[in-house]
Amino acid sequence: MTQLDGRTLEVLTLELQGEVFALEATQVYEILDQTQITEVPGSDPFLSGLVNVRGKVVPLADLRLKFDMPQTAATIDSRIVVIDVMIDGEPVTAGILADKVNEVTELTAAVLQETPKLGMKWRPEFIRCIGKHGSEFIAILDIDRIFAEHQEAAVGMQASGLDQSAA
Amino acid sequence: MSSQDPSELFRQEAQELLEQLEQALLDLSERRDDQDLIDSTFRALHTIKGSGSMFGFDAVAAFTHYVETAFDLVRKGTVPLTEEMVTVALAAKDHIRNLIEHADAATEAQGGPILSRLERAVDAASGGSAGAPAAAGEAVPQDVPVAATGDASSAPQTAWHVRMRLPKDCMATGTNPLLLLDELVSLGEARVTALIDTVPPLDVLDPFDCHVGWDVHLVTAKPKSAIEDVFLFVLDEMELLIGPAQDNATPVPDQAAVQVEAAPEVPAVAETSAAAKPAEAKTPAAAPRAAGVAKSEAAAAKNNAAGSIRVPAERLDELMDRVGELVIAQSRLKQVAASTADIQVKAIAEEIERLALELRDTTMGVRMVPIASLFGRFRRLVHDLANELGKEISLTTSGEETELDKTVIERLNDPLVHLIRNSIDHGLESAEQRQQTGKSAQGNIHLSARHSGDKVLISIRDDGRGLDRQRIQAKAEENGLLAPGTKLSDSELFQLIFQPGFSTASKVTNLSGRGVGMDVVKKTVEGLRGNIDIASTQGEGTVITLQLPLTLAIIDGLLVRVGNGRYVIPLSAVEECVELPASEEQRSSGRNFLNIRGELVPFLRLREMFATKQPPDMFQKVVIVSSGDIRVGLVVDQVIGDHQTVIKSLSKLHAKIGTFSGATILGDGTVALILEVAHLVARGQQRDERLRAAV
Repeated sequence: MTQLDGRTLEVLTLELQGEVFALEATQVYEILDQTQITEVPGSDPFLSGLVNVRGKVVPLADLRLKFDMPQTAATIDSRIVVIDVMIDGEPVTAGILADKVNEVTELTAAVLQETPKLGMKWRPEFIRCIGKHGSEFIAILDIDRIFAEHQEAAVGMQASGLDQSAA
Repeated sequence: MSSQDPSELFRQEAQELLEQLEQALLDLSERRDDQDLIDSTFRALHTIKGSGSMFGFDAVAAFTHYVETAFDLVRKGTVPLTEEMVTVALAAKDHIRNLIEHADAATEAQGGPILSRLERAVDAASGGSAGAPAAAGEAVPQDVPVAATGDASSAPQTAWHVRMRLPKDCMATGTNPLLLLDELVSLGEARVTALIDTVPPLDVLDPFDCHVGWDVHLVTAKPKSAIEDVFLFVLDEMELLIGPAQDNATPVPDQAAVQVEAAPEVPAVAETSAAAKPAEAKTPAAAPRAAGVAKSEAAAAKNNAAGSIRVPAERLDELMDRVGELVIAQSRLKQVAASTADIQVKAIAEEIERLALELRDTTMGVRMVPIASLFGRFRRLVHDLANELGKEISLTTSGEETELDKTVIERLNDPLVHLIRNSIDHGLESAEQRQQTGKSAQGNIHLSARHSGDKVLISIRDDGRGLDRQRIQAKAEENGLLAPGTKLSDSELFQLIFQPGFSTASKVTNLSGRGVGMDVVKKTVEGLRGNIDIASTQGEGTVITLQLPLTLAIIDGLLVRVGNGRYVIPLSAVEECVELPASEEQRSSGRNFLNIRGELVPFLRLREMFATKQPPDMFQKVVIVSSGDIRVGLVVDQVIGDHQTVIKSLSKLHAKIGTFSGATILGDGTVALILEVAHLVARGQQRDERLRAAV
């Protein structure tokens, strides 16, 4: 992506089902240990939970669903990454589930590449760019885009969800 | 000294002055010859001008100057006050506010037409003969009182003794005692003596305060009112005695003390009732003033100032958040204390519980604001609409002292404006129509507020034509909202006007379509956890009642468990809890009715709604909730007990789920969802209808 030229990007790397992804570190508030998650009946499975983050009620997203990954039970390594997402131009605090959080690292512009249109099993629009860290390729997530996608889809899903439960 | 930005200070001050000015002008439109009101209007204008130029708001000062000049003529009786002048002055007041908020050339340019209209109004009022050029650009000298010379030259000279003492902080508010003295001296032959008895020793002296008072022996031909005029703008705060001087010129303050009437700061509450009964309202406001002496009044004013402080709204919100967290922490402590055998810990936990709840109540009390502040704004609205539509309308209010959470009050403004506009535009008939039907020509809008349990009821009553049942029914059938021939009760039918896109107005006036629609009104009120009722009698009028919770921040809730999930039901909606009879439990969902003392109540199994996977508890409980006059049972696994619920709103991401109105944090730190009763009741009703249709 052209806007990344000529600077380094600080990212937090995390794992979802063994795959390494990265988030821009400036979006990240804090990382919490797995806590009690409250289910929201009737909500989109992607956003089915709520957690208490220092007295605030924060929605919890499961990115694994967006990447067609299986939802496995929490392990000792599971974490909740609290981030800021832009929704309709307003920042909203949300949590995302990570199977493991690795480190905060810097990726230089030289190793950042545009998302290839082919050769990835994930939807390319969810990935901002690809960075190389050591010998590994890391996909840097476009979090705002992933949540925006959800918002558009949500209206239809909710309507059908309610009908089912009311029947 | 305060470190606040001075121009911000001016904005705040001007805000208050403009509100005072508006109230005074609105009162004036009903009692145009009330000298007190004219004076307070003039004073407000003068202070805005003075402070405006002091803080660098030159455009404000320049514009206000002309309006002030016009009112000076009125004040002196040169020009009678006309309705047109009041209307122009109200427009001018809006313009001043604009100037303060957006100081740019474009805004300034809007002032011209207002001034020329004012000029015409003044000319018309003075019969064109006096030729007072109010806005002709000719500056009238600022020291107005001195200009009031008249034909005093022939009057005999009198010796006066004036003793003045300004408040300590007068310099901070921009008063210059020297200017006052100069003005006084210019009235005649004067001898000024400083009173230095209250000057503190040097080590405790604050150089920014004014410690000196003055005795002035003044020989002048001018009347006493001319002397009083010098102090016109500082009267409220200062100590002033004016009396005839003794021959030996020794000050005799007490004997001949003349009390100078202070500014009639009629509180908003008294004013609104004044609209209805001018004669009565004047008495309570004037009586205490006549009784007191100048000194005690000054002291009272000082006490008042110390008795209340201005706090930014965000700090109150922060405080409420902290208290909310404290209440949550306290309920955790309570849980821990319950599981320990340590008597001391238990005692402390109880003590903290009491303190936390008291603190919560006090904090909520701090956020309470009398609704008068909201009602006050509508006087202007009604005044303007009456002019615009050519209807005669009086606005009466009651229960202005009723207190509501400030957030609720702020959010109520738009819906109430819309409802009042509607009542005036659609509800009230024109004067001719009213007389034809035997009503008084003047229509009435009555705003009232009162407490009812933990709710506040706000109603808007008009004595207009009332809602037309047939037309609403016809319109609803036309729009497909109602199956043709459906029979509905009045209140059900009237609720239809809150449907989006519903309008029975056959023609669109310039009032309709402005701002929010009725559906938005309903949404806003429901967003405040309130609801709306309409009652109407054709030909006699309509009453719209808003039912609102006292506060948005904390509610008493009933904590229940469904499967693994815990949910809070607002306790105000809960009627009773019963056990689900085993016979009902066996039945499939064919017939979901409970017999509660002979009445059929439909029920919803929350387990089914929430798709709970855990096996159900042995004895299912039913919580009967109500919304309006409809009752619905909610089947839960367990009723846990009451819970102090600090309401946290759900994020945008979950806003579309209607089942939950928010969430809260429980004692163990987990999140519980708050059930939206109105939504569940609606669901229950739908099911009810479906079942009936099936039968």
